[in-house]
Amino acid sequence: MSEQVFWEDVEVGMEIPALVKKPTSQQLVRWAGASGDFYQIHYDKDFALGNNLPGIIVHGALKSAWLGQLVGDWVGLKGRVKSFGCSYRGMDVPGDTLTLKGTVTGKRAEGGDHLVDLDIWMENGKGDKTTPGQAVVVLPSRG
Amino acid sequence: MSQDSIITEEMKSQVGVESEPTIYEIEKEPIRRWAEAIGDPNPLYHDEEYAKQQGYRSLVAPPGFIAQYAFPVKVGGPSPRIQSPFTRNLNGGNDYEFFKPIQAGDTISVTGKLVDLRERAGRMGAMLIQVVEMTYKNQDGEVAVKARFTGISY
Repeated sequence: MSEQVFWEDVEVGMEIPALVKKPTSQQLVRWAGASGDFYQIHYDKDFALGNNLPGIIVHGALKSAWLGQLVGDWVGLKGRVKSFGCSYRGMDVPGDTLTLKGTVTGKRAEGGDHLVDLDIWMENGKGDKTTPGQAVVVLPSRG
Repeated sequence: MSQDSIITEEMKSQVGVESEPTIYEIEKEPIRRWAEAIGDPNPLYHDEEYAKQQGYRSLVAPPGFIAQYAFPVKVGGPSPRIQSPFTRNLNGGNDYEFFKPIQAGDTISVTGKLVDLRERAGRMGAMLIQVVEMTYKNQDGEVAVKARFTGISY
């Protein structure tokens, strides 16, 4: 894990460290087993094609879990993820290089907590934001 | 309201109806397997001793774990989602709010309700959009997580 980030170190507009994923069909099967989501569009190519999809696609919930990893890594042991969410705007396919990213959009103190607002998203190899979202995190303060 | 609306009065009557609680026992191995499946090496999810050194009782569930974990010990009743006239489903999005950490050894009780029901013409034809809100409480009755899921069928 990386060094602890503190609220005072954060500035609006700064990027948080990106996370790169290169999912294989095997990883989608592992996720299906771990989460219990056995919808066939994620592992059965014929079934996916029959549903007007380009082939098997990455589970939305897996993308969301990666966004959770992105912000969880950034806040570190002394920080806390308060909320996060995302929309699934585009489909992602195994074999592509998928990058999870985030930028700081705001910082504020509220009810004794030092909060940071983030835009977070996943983009595909072409740079399209297929999975945009937001997060609010609590960071430790040096104060 | 157009005559050929796919949303019936019966469907509308389901909005806001709270489901019976479904119960999950949070165990160590599924947390490790989940973190392994997404490729997250954070020791809080893998190493119980490490998690204890950080002040937790046991392994910590990654954010979103409980909302995606489909192996309850007791199912409280049917899903708050309504039966769609369409057979194809897509996940529209989800939002999570975290109040208390979920750890191995917790017993989590989940209730849900349909909070929004809409129809829309999409590029693949008519679509039914459902938003479901789930509340996850721990064994002490504290709300640990709230989640909203947007489901699309077409």
